[in-house]
Amino acid sequence: MRKSNFLVAIGAALVMATSLSPAMSAQTDITVGMVLEPPNLDPTGGAAAAIDEVVYANVFEGLTRFNSNGAIIPALAKSWEISEDGLTYTFTLNSGVKFHDGTDMDASDVKFSLERAMAEDSTNAQKALFADIAAVEAKDATTVIVTLSQPNGSFLFNMAWGDAVIVAPESAADNGTNPIGTGPFTFVDWAQGDKVVLAKNPDYWGAEVALENVTFKFISDPSAAFAAMMAQDVDAFPNYPASETLPQFEADPRFKVIVGATEGETILSTNNQSPPLDDVRVRHAIAHAINRQDIIDGAMSGFGEPIGTHFNPSNPDYLDLTAQSDYDPQKAMALLAEAGVSDLTLRMKLPPPPYARRGGEIIAAQLRAVGIETEITNLEWAQWLEEVFTAKDYDLTIVSHTEPFDIGIYARDNYYFNYDSEEMQALIAELNITADPVTRTDLLHQAQRLIADDYVNAYLFQLAKTGVANAKINGLWENSPTQANDMTGVSWGE
Amino acid sequence: MLIFTLKRLVSLLFSLVAASVVVFFVIEIIPGDPAALMMGISASPEAVEELRQQLGLNLPIWQRYFTWVMGLLQWDFGISYTYKTPVSDLINDRIWVSLPLTIYALTLSTLIAFPVGIIAAANRNSKTDVGIMGATQLGIAVPNFWFAMILVLIFAVSLRWFSAGGFPGWEIGFFAGMKSLTLPAIALALPQASILARVMRSSLLDTLSEDYIRTARAKGLSKRQTLWRHALRNALIPVLTIIGLQFSFLLAGAIIIENVFFLPGLGRLVFQGITQRDLIVVKSVVMLLVFAVIVVTFIVDIAYGIADPRLRGNSVRGSAGE
Amino acid sequence: MELPIPGLGETASGAAPVSDSSDKIIAESGFFAIALKTPSFVIGLIFSVFFIFIALLSLYWTPYDVSVLEIGNRLKCPPFQAWIGGVDFPSAQNSWFEGWRCVANPLYGLGTDHFGRDVVSMIMVGSRTSIAVAIVAVGIGIILGVPLGLAAAARQGSFFDEFIMRTNDLVFAFPALLIAILITAVYGPSAINAIIAIGIFNIPVFARLSRGAALSLWTREFVLAARVAGKGRSRISVEHILPNILNLLIVQGTIQFSLGILAEAGLSYLGLGVQPPIPSWGRMLAEAQTLIFVAPHLAILPGLAIVLSVLGLNLLGDGLRDILDPKLRRNRS
Repeated sequence: MRKSNFLVAIGAALVMATSLSPAMSAQTDITVGMVLEPPNLDPTGGAAAAIDEVVYANVFEGLTRFNSNGAIIPALAKSWEISEDGLTYTFTLNSGVKFHDGTDMDASDVKFSLERAMAEDSTNAQKALFADIAAVEAKDATTVIVTLSQPNGSFLFNMAWGDAVIVAPESAADNGTNPIGTGPFTFVDWAQGDKVVLAKNPDYWGAEVALENVTFKFISDPSAAFAAMMAQDVDAFPNYPASETLPQFEADPRFKVIVGATEGETILSTNNQSPPLDDVRVRHAIAHAINRQDIIDGAMSGFGEPIGTHFNPSNPDYLDLTAQSDYDPQKAMALLAEAGVSDLTLRMKLPPPPYARRGGEIIAAQLRAVGIETEITNLEWAQWLEEVFTAKDYDLTIVSHTEPFDIGIYARDNYYFNYDSEEMQALIAELNITADPVTRTDLLHQAQRLIADDYVNAYLFQLAKTGVANAKINGLWENSPTQANDMTGVSWGE
Repeated sequence: MLIFTLKRLVSLLFSLVAASVVVFFVIEIIPGDPAALMMGISASPEAVEELRQQLGLNLPIWQRYFTWVMGLLQWDFGISYTYKTPVSDLINDRIWVSLPLTIYALTLSTLIAFPVGIIAAANRNSKTDVGIMGATQLGIAVPNFWFAMILVLIFAVSLRWFSAGGFPGWEIGFFAGMKSLTLPAIALALPQASILARVMRSSLLDTLSEDYIRTARAKGLSKRQTLWRHALRNALIPVLTIIGLQFSFLLAGAIIIENVFFLPGLGRLVFQGITQRDLIVVKSVVMLLVFAVIVVTFIVDIAYGIADPRLRGNSVRGSAGE
Repeated sequence: MELPIPGLGETASGAAPVSDSSDKIIAESGFFAIALKTPSFVIGLIFSVFFIFIALLSLYWTPYDVSVLEIGNRLKCPPFQAWIGGVDFPSAQNSWFEGWRCVANPLYGLGTDHFGRDVVSMIMVGSRTSIAVAIVAVGIGIILGVPLGLAAAARQGSFFDEFIMRTNDLVFAFPALLIAILITAVYGPSAINAIIAIGIFNIPVFARLSRGAALSLWTREFVLAARVAGKGRSRISVEHILPNILNLLIVQGTIQFSLGILAEAGLSYLGLGVQPPIPSWGRMLAEAQTLIFVAPHLAILPGLAIVLSVLGLNLLGDGLRDILDPKLRRNRS
């Protein structure tokens, strides 16, 4: 493979040693930088956000999809009807849709995809999305009827997730390495450790896309990301990892900086069952020991909005509870004394992102100021998943919860916070079957207050999405309603 | 000579077997179940067990060791846990970045070191010599990753002569490929060139002080003539040994540099393999690198034995300090 | 990554035969008299002493406390850099000089880092980490390597000798960095594991060096005399061989010490060395890498500290060898 290329390249070089400069790339190609490489390319078979960042909306499509503002819009389903009782959804599919291997996409594929995702032995990472589906029926080629076991106000929202894309029975098993979807771009090549290349799908059913070739390049090192952007090896870096350098891009007319919001509530996750953190006064003390603005400035170069509970501030139902856990070291020390805790050393295990590694060092210094020592261990994601998320062998960790609308995790059994509150579980259960907006808002406010009052975790800030792109590129997403690099609306301007 | 070669061959095999045992068992200790990792957090225990069966993780450890070694011999390293493609494909791809990079760096190092070492030796104790020796001391003291950062700062970002990293692939052309390997090769080559230049110089000086050189000088050959006609050839033997050793060192030493320049080479593969717990990749690549080092050492030993019969009784390495 | 590699350093390959006459010459003309005429020794000594001095000083005093973060004071550049940046250069449209424009805080001579910590203090405390890791790693190499080498030389050609030398070859065959990465992958990143990883590779260096040097001594008359007097092999090794290879060990120890500093920097750079908040030069560089264009001083200064300390130790080692080894001194004169 590479070998023959290498030899051919040498041969070609000998023949035409003069033509050194590669042809000027036409302005229909784009190279997009990404920090993490996906482990595979099947969005229905893995939890990694990087999978969706490559294939969502580009290669794979679902019945519905998110647009750049997070609204749900039609995708493969051109329209739908919901029955009075909210239990039956009748989707009308677009006709003439083909998978990249040439086979037709019809109602039977939708039935197959949904049933595959909800099956007992499904490896779908978000099986909960499909939990309420009772039956899927392919009425005719373009009509699908989905029956729910209980009303679910967020069903259309769920169907827009990358985990709910429509795949074909013939190719589903190999999507990890050779993804076959219905989207406007087809998969061309994946040089592991380096890049994934997509090309325009000439037979796309929907609106034509402007780009011919899309290359996702994986650059995990922030300085390499900076250098690649500066040298214009990469045209756009939607989740740019070196936020300190943004002022330089802002000053440079060749680039533009795109700052938006994400769904990422960044929190100091706390093991609620590890003594003495099982004492709410100790958690309360930690909350007052932390200076959020210092963390945002020191770890994120000032990008990010402080939060006082686990909820996105741009959501209309958000409650600003930051004052409840304001920076007050005196109070923190008083609370610790009241709890009878002294000589406390906590284990802080940090995953790789800068918000965690840098934020962790800042928090460690802030905690030291109130008399809490920390023992920092830096972990790779795989280790973090094993030790912290699965085995819950930690006291403190910092992580950004990037799933949209995820306050429900506080009601989960055995989640890694080890927070066990019947009150919270009841609230979320009620919320799930409530459709009335006013009641929902009230329930959400109660839930936000509850976790803030229990000081389950220390709530730090809402992660900003800071991206850099060539100034001539139009149509990149500003916000990050879901993890995606939607290239369908992207084009080069002048 | 035959007995010497056979002896070295036996020791080569011994080293390879021992290395494979060490690599296998060290990596087997690493905590974490590859099957669970491949399936993700929310996988059911049955599915994980199924995968364990498929991967042969339930077999006794010695049986897995032999399966692995037999696979190695046939260039079959198994399936990557994370990428789910054959490891041999990954290696086949990456080796065509790492190998050219190593050769490039070694060539640069030699091209710099030879003239520098010769000039220093020819002008022993002159200002040039002192300056060169000082410069090489500096070269040895510079960490290559720091040098790489400085190179990127100057040549990629400020002057924009080179790309800051990444590898476009050989398919877009030989020169474009080599260009993207230039900064990494320089970063790798500089410390090695410094070492090599010093070896070149001291080896030349040693040869120049030998009796037959004195004789040649006494016969009326000029200093320059003796240097070129007699000393250089004899001084090359230890220098070539060092070059052989540097080859394996550079191949492995590229781990950091490949990470600084995000080149898709073997070093980055193994580093990523560790962070992603893709132990089958780690195991195979480490073994491959160790294999390369052992074989190059063997070749150097044999070459040394041919060049200098006195050393046949002993290994080159074993006689350091004599 | 500059982990110890056999034969690559001049000292390892070209270590001169030990000569007991060196002591005589030194005794005659005085160690320091010769030392002061050896420029590399003098320069190396100055650098090394300075480097060890700031490490010791940092135990009692640093300009600022490195455990206190002052976020509001982050990323201040050194005042002299701000001064350069303030001067208008003709080619100022080039981003090269743009990078020098910065805000300084006159109270911080070398600026502050991304957490507002004083860079001078960070480098001072970082030197402690480098020295501690390197000393222990070299100690491991000497304590385990030298006895192994001496024992192997005492029974030259025996199975034990062969076994030690083959094991040495085996350790050398492992790319050192890979082993370090593996060790951290198994046991997690920490200073202890970094020390072990570096120390392991020092063992064969000292084993090989002492074996080689001891072998040449075993044929000497004073050793033969000791054997005739009925002394055992291990006793001869300790009483007669070891004192005669001390010079060699000191020289090699200095070189390995500098290699240890480089190795520690490399491991910390990859995040495999000491963990935060303990400052280390390698990690300072890794953290500065993302900031190299915003705050180049953060990337340049710790790198310079590494270069100068390694350079100093190497020069010191070279100088010592020149002084202790009459053959080379003859070459020089």
